[in-house]
Amino acid sequence: MSTKKFLYVNRKAPYGTIYALESLEVVLIGAAFEQDVSLAFLDDGVYQLAKGQSTEEVGMKNFSPTYRALGDYDVNKIYVEQESLDARGLTLDDLQPLTYEDEDDDWAEKDSIKVVSTAEMAEIMEQSDVVMSF
Amino acid sequence: MKFSVMISEGPYTHQASDTAYNFTKAALENGHECFRVFFYHDGVNNGTRLATPPTDDRNIVNRWSELAEAHKLDMVLCVAAAQRRGIADADEARRNGKDADNIAPGFRISGLGQLIEAGIQSDRLVTFGD
Repeated sequence: MSTKKFLYVNRKAPYGTIYALESLEVVLIGAAFEQDVSLAFLDDGVYQLAKGQSTEEVGMKNFSPTYRALGDYDVNKIYVEQESLDARGLTLDDLQPLTYEDEDDDWAEKDSIKVVSTAEMAEIMEQSDVVMSF
Repeated sequence: MKFSVMISEGPYTHQASDTAYNFTKAALENGHECFRVFFYHDGVNNGTRLATPPTDDRNIVNRWSELAEAHKLDMVLCVAAAQRRGIADADEARRNGKDADNIAPGFRISGLGQLIEAGIQSDRLVTFGD
């Protein structure tokens, strides 16, 4: 099977609608297909990566720890839009760290999250073969 | 061109399914190939034969079934999304101990891998949602 560049675009807050949770399910299943996978978080989607999520009071499943497993699935290109963070008063420090072990660099632990500008995000979308927006 | 379609919203509440239907029908009638139509999120609600819309309005479910029959379309409802929302074929109903199934003709239930495969195999994957 050929390899394509997949980009999963996450635009919505983690709770309130199911899009974020079901997007993550696609990413995890898709990881088995050995494609070139990237994730993008913009608009309210940046909240999906917020650290310290607690859903006890709303009675929903807190699926945010699952994002930390992405590195083990070779999903390590995670782009967060700077402008979306700025608009919500967030910085990289407000997001949970996501890491992967780089097999080309003696399994050194590296950050998966990269903050990019809107212009850079547009370029990433332009270079992708398959863009799924959630 | 070989394309696939993903539909992310249910019938009537959102226009996504209508637009996807019009797009798919037009593309097929113009000689393009449709590898797969994949229903995800509330989109799986497009595949219940128990839908009974008023007779003076379009029947979205039947319309998809008819298009599938005319063009041998592969229409897939995501199993995880379908289980959450109570859409089942006979196998799923039996497996989950339910007393009925409700899948409409022309639809089948399968996994998310079918969506990824559609992305790999098609020239374009077109998403219809909000």
